[in-house]
Amino acid sequence: MNTAPLLAVDGLGKAFDGLVANRDISFKIHHAEIVGLIGPNGAGKTTLFNCLAGFYTPTTGRIAFEGRDITGSSPESAAALGIARTFQIVRVFHSMTARENVMVGAMLRDKRVREARKRADAELAFVGLSHRADVPASDLTVSEQKRLEVARALATDPKLILLDEVMAGLNPTEVREASQLVHRIHQRGIASIIVEHVMEGIMPIAHRMLVLDYGAKIADGTPAEIAENPAVIAAYLGD
Amino acid sequence: MSERTIPTPVKAFGALALLALAALLPLVVTEPSQQNFLILILMGAQLGVAWNIVGGYAGQVSLGHAVFYGIGAYTSTMLLLTLGLSPWVGALAGGGVSVLFALAMGWPCFRLKGHYFAMATIAVAEIVQILVTNSEFLEGAVGLSLPMDQSGWGVLIFLSKLPYYYVILGLLVLTVLTAWAIERSHIGYYFRAIKDEPEAARALGVSLTRYKLIALSVSAFLTALGGSFYAQKEMFIDPGSVLAGAISIKIALIAILGGVGTLLGPVLGAAVLITIEEYSRTLFGSTGSGTDMIIYAAMIILVAVFSPSGVLGLLGDLRRFLPGARSKGPDMADKMEIRP
Repeated sequence: MNTAPLLAVDGLGKAFDGLVANRDISFKIHHAEIVGLIGPNGAGKTTLFNCLAGFYTPTTGRIAFEGRDITGSSPESAAALGIARTFQIVRVFHSMTARENVMVGAMLRDKRVREARKRADAELAFVGLSHRADVPASDLTVSEQKRLEVARALATDPKLILLDEVMAGLNPTEVREASQLVHRIHQRGIASIIVEHVMEGIMPIAHRMLVLDYGAKIADGTPAEIAENPAVIAAYLGD
Repeated sequence: MSERTIPTPVKAFGALALLALAALLPLVVTEPSQQNFLILILMGAQLGVAWNIVGGYAGQVSLGHAVFYGIGAYTSTMLLLTLGLSPWVGALAGGGVSVLFALAMGWPCFRLKGHYFAMATIAVAEIVQILVTNSEFLEGAVGLSLPMDQSGWGVLIFLSKLPYYYVILGLLVLTVLTAWAIERSHIGYYFRAIKDEPEAARALGVSLTRYKLIALSVSAFLTALGGSFYAQKEMFIDPGSVLAGAISIKIALIAILGGVGTLLGPVLGAAVLITIEEYSRTLFGSTGSGTDMIIYAAMIILVAVFSPSGVLGLLGDLRRFLPGARSKGPDMADKMEIRP
């Protein structure tokens, strides 16, 4: 079971009215793996996330999760299967408290409010937001809102979590804390794919890096391999 | 949500005290016209609380609720006139028909977002009003009269106002308890999540279509019960009195005026709106048809400009000046934020 990949993407492509955002992308993600997804702006990282999480239906290719074809499934069924995500631009439920935000996530597995509250408190503690549990989500700082989104996603009991730029705009201390958080998510046996521009945040913790450029995968390897890959250097610095 | 800070036993006591007060009120207010005025407030409150379930909690603004009101009124009345069925059963049947209609209407309409959903509800309600007006089976514009020859609890027709008062009070309590139960369950959390950030809710496994349909169905059922009550009380219905666009606006306005997404805001909204309506009627007489629409329009503008969170929000604002008061939640403008 553990040898089979958790997620297998095969020849995935996504075009919007002729504009190709993803082309022929193939890769695998294993259980509890930390995978960084990098690439210049407009490389198609968020589009890929949206395809994986069911927000977009791919134009071509297949997505298999735990051996099961999930291509074109809805976001809610992707969540039910165990794929959770955060949003690049935070989308907290602003009229709710931090705890209530996480409770909504927890209710995916257990509809009882009391149980959801317990789970929410545990996840808030996990991301270090216990002291802000009763604060309206709209009153949290952006950095706190990003952690709140992580807690909310974790409360759905995912097997794979897609983190979209959770380190953007954080100061060096916060980046270190975020890296540690990703590592602790890995220790819980949850795989993560992390879109990130903050290299010092992602490079030390990622087991593997995927690099996209102009919608296509140009590299797939360990952080050390990626850093020396001529195609990656050319994509970032221009050739 | 400043009321969340009040401990539960205090709230429960407050609710019971309020209910006792409402139950004893007609013993003091004995004048039939004044009892009628109280009944009108309770009717408005019941509709406002029912609307609030879909329009307030779930944030799906319906401006076509008269359609559910009319379905309730027409179903129970037709069942009474044709089959001699008791309105107690007829009202439930009306609720059932209303739910079926809500599902049929919600399925396509919920694909539309924000303003477009509201516009679709107006269109559906207008179409139904025109269809009923031209239906021979439903006596068209002539309307339906309930039989005058019997009265009592079985046929839910009374010669005095007092029984009507207790029936509508009971219906209001049922409606508030339903809203309260939803608010406390996972459904209430899902509604608020859908209203705040629908995409994020989906990412957490919430089916937007399913929960919006639940919201509309529950709201439609309770609104239909209100419609059946209207028919029993007035003993006459026609498209103009139970299906008109002005009724839809009034129902929404009661909730918006009182405070959207709050449990008892619509009750307060009904008290304010019905009072203004009745006074304007004595002031301008019944000749000024259309004055009600002018009043509704003026109130919408006043609420939007001065207190987007309604009368309840206004009270919350006052509370902020008290010592130890905390900031309240986001106002209605935020909650009702509509995405194109």
